Amino acid sequence: MMPSVPPRVRTLGLNKAYAVPVLSDVNFECLPGEVHALIGANGAGKSTLARILCGLVRPDAGSMEFDGRPYAPRHKRDAEAAGVHIVHQELNLVGNLSVAENLFLSDLPRRWGCLRLGELREAARTALARVGLAGLDPATPVAALGVGVRQLVEIAGALARACRLLILDEPTAALSDPQIERLFDHIRRLRASGVSVIYISHRMDEIARIADRTTVLRDGRIVATRPVAALPVAEAVRMMAGRDPSAHAAAPRVPGPIRLRVRDLRRAPAVRGITLEARAGEILGLAGLVGSGRTEFLRAVFGAERADGGEVQVDDSPPRRFSSPAEAVAAGLAMVPEDRKEDGLMLARPVAMNMSLASLASFRRASGLLAAAAERTAVGQTADRVNLRCASLDQPVTELSGGNQQKTLIGRWLMRDAAVYLFDEPTRGVDISAKAAIHELMGDLARRGRACVVASSEPEELMSLCDRIAVFARGRIARVFERGEWTHERILAAAFEDPAGGAQ
Amino acid sequence: MRSGTNGQPRRRAAECAGLLAVLAALVALFAALSDRFLAPETFLTIANQIPDLVVIAVGMTLVLVSGGIDLSVGSVMALGASLLGVAMTDHGWPAGAAALVAASVGLGCGLVNGVISVGAGIPSFIVTLGMLEIARGAAYLATRSQTQYIGPAIEPIGAPLPVLHLSPAVLAALALVAGGQFILSRTVLGRHLVAIGSNESAVRLSGIDPRPPKIAAFAISGLLSGLAGVFQSSRLSAADPNGGVGLELAAIAAVVIGGTSLMGGRGSVVNSFIGVLIIAVLQTGLAHVGATEPAKRVITGAAIVAAVLADAARHRWAAADLWRRLRRAVPATAMPADRL
Ligand SMILES: Nc1ncnc2c1ncn2[C@@H]1O[C@H](COP(=O)(O)OP(=O)(O)OP(=O)(O)O)[C@@H](O)[C@H]1O
Ligand SMILES: [Mg+2]
Repeated sequence: MMPSVPPRVRTLGLNKAYAVPVLSDVNFECLPGEVHALIGANGAGKSTLARILCGLVRPDAGSMEFDGRPYAPRHKRDAEAAGVHIVHQELNLVGNLSVAENLFLSDLPRRWGCLRLGELREAARTALARVGLAGLDPATPVAALGVGVRQLVEIAGALARACRLLILDEPTAALSDPQIERLFDHIRRLRASGVSVIYISHRMDEIARIADRTTVLRDGRIVATRPVAALPVAEAVRMMAGRDPSAHAAAPRVPGPIRLRVRDLRRAPAVRGITLEARAGEILGLAGLVGSGRTEFLRAVFGAERADGGEVQVDDSPPRRFSSPAEAVAAGLAMVPEDRKEDGLMLARPVAMNMSLASLASFRRASGLLAAAAERTAVGQTADRVNLRCASLDQPVTELSGGNQQKTLIGRWLMRDAAVYLFDEPTRGVDISAKAAIHELMGDLARRGRACVVASSEPEELMSLCDRIAVFARGRIARVFERGEWTHERILAAAFEDPAGGAQ
Repeated sequence: MRSGTNGQPRRRAAECAGLLAVLAALVALFAALSDRFLAPETFLTIANQIPDLVVIAVGMTLVLVSGGIDLSVGSVMALGASLLGVAMTDHGWPAGAAALVAASVGLGCGLVNGVISVGAGIPSFIVTLGMLEIARGAAYLATRSQTQYIGPAIEPIGAPLPVLHLSPAVLAALALVAGGQFILSRTVLGRHLVAIGSNESAVRLSGIDPRPPKIAAFAISGLLSGLAGVFQSSRLSAADPNGGVGLELAAIAAVVIGGTSLMGGRGSVVNSFIGVLIIAVLQTGLAHVGATEPAKRVITGAAIVAAVLADAARHRWAAADLWRRLRRAVPATAMPADRL
């Protein structure tokens, strides 16, 4: 029986190919007032489908309908006119412009070509308050913001528009619990008012809570569309991978001597005196809310930002503050940065060149020549270790799916031996099975006597991965949990503490 | 299959072939327009005129790839030539020692450019613009604004060798093109320059200090500018403090025609060399068909813009085409599709 209301959006036999077919015969629909989850492994084609729906990419074949009428957006503007808005996976803000300008970039309030700054500022304040950023000055340049806050700014921009279809491509990858709750409230409100939401995520728990139906993509084909209740997580994981997930019983890890000691590290205003240590064979987690100082702490340890006070000691080297990452790396540190686009990848350059960047010294012959063959072999092996999916190692990194870009960055540091590995949101945008593989690689590093420090906004990830978890709150450590002591609630409670005010 | 496909070198070879095709087309065009053009003498004349621009383009390529720019090359060349002239005429130095002075002064200017712009974090555009004035002024001071006639002592460097008909300067320039390309594509320094031009922050966070490679690029550019001064004065048998005015723009034009990005991260020394050849053939050809100086400038300018437009178009096309060919060559089942 035909439903009386046509679907909000429907695709008929969509096809899209780059190097390989990316989408094949995709028939997807999303009903009015429905939250429709789109899941699939890294590179399955989720972002590509989203980009087609919002006019950024044109399909090779197939057609689309919007509210029952033919829909063929040729530009993002066409899609926005129809009421389709997207929050991109790869954050798409202009760093030098202010938050306010970014929020309304495509339709800045103006009169006779002049910006109406007052109006812009007011609209920006309202939009920011909606996502809990009431305290953020709309004039702040985006470049000064962390990844989590930027993600919120993108969401605020989309929520400020009149939407009929909102596409969220991994919106929570850098957010912590309270912000996710707030986002979900907005999604529920939108759904109640008849707006359709396409929700792309690798976090199955979120999907179970927010979505009505789920569509699973595998290698560009739809394998199933089902009500969420009828799709247990295990089955969804199997469908995405096309096989049973292999269960690994990880060998136990034995903590050894201390490899990283940080004493009273400070960097105003975000880091206000952090003392911690990490042992050989240990994975230490850093939990906390967005803005609690984890990223700034890791960057200060690594010398990416100069610390104001405190000391860092690797193994038995004399304690000091690193003034550049080059010094930190020489002392045995490695860091996977949070912002892969700004601080990590050379987007236009090949995968291979990106991966070997930190370990070029080991391919340097005495003459200064690059041992190209050895480099290539090593890159190939690392690509396999991190489960990288790409058409060729000479493909520019920008053509890879978000998750595979992240794997490239992790691979860069796996190619280089270090005493202590610092990971800042290492699995942002990485799919479930690849995430397990990366966790296993971290476990291996630890078992081989390295220390790992992992910051993540996802407490579940830390609880399954780490031996200890330090919870950051307002630039200080609120609590350190040993394995067995922690629960999601306790971590969250600690994250809300004020370690300075003594509100235990 | 993944590590088997080697798209990058293939793409690079295609770019080089495209530039050679443009060069061949120009030669054919002028051969059709003027019956005197297609003669060995034409090409030997061109060859013996360009060594200064060629070596400067080599240095400029390295600087542009790393995301900088060097506007001082023409003035530094004139300063090198002037000091060489003064050393030989006023002090009676032998050519070899005087050439060494010119090269060292170039190197010094390049180091100053690099250390100031990289050390203080000032855009190289501004620092080298300052050096453009300073070196030019110094050249006038050294020569009291007079062209220094040196005479035959300096001529062997720029004079055609007996059998080859090419001058030692041309041979040296060719060797430096090969050396520059080698640095760029085969050494760690070259890789660092490409990486810095692509994303300096990523380079820094990978534990590499981006400053030494950047300074090295400016130093090389300065050294080669000084050397260009030697080549130029041997060709003119004189040191001209007015030499090389506007040469920085000719060098940038040649390098950009060769496909090097002004934004950094992409470039090829060999293609810059072909870019120099294209400009030189265009200018000589226009002279042959009797174009006036103003007309030559208009046409050369238009050719630069056309070349860059073609490069942009070819890039889009080459990327798309490569994928299409790849797709045909590799059936979908051979792709690492279910690795996850
Ligand atoms: N511009 C492009 N050129 C070539 N290939 C591309 C391009 N854009 C995407 N691809 C390829 O298309 C495939 C699907 O990419 P897409 O970004 O849609 O994946 P995804 O499902 O969003 O993955 P992720 O979970 O990692 O974000 C990938 O294999 C990717 O390499
Ligand atoms: Mg994606």
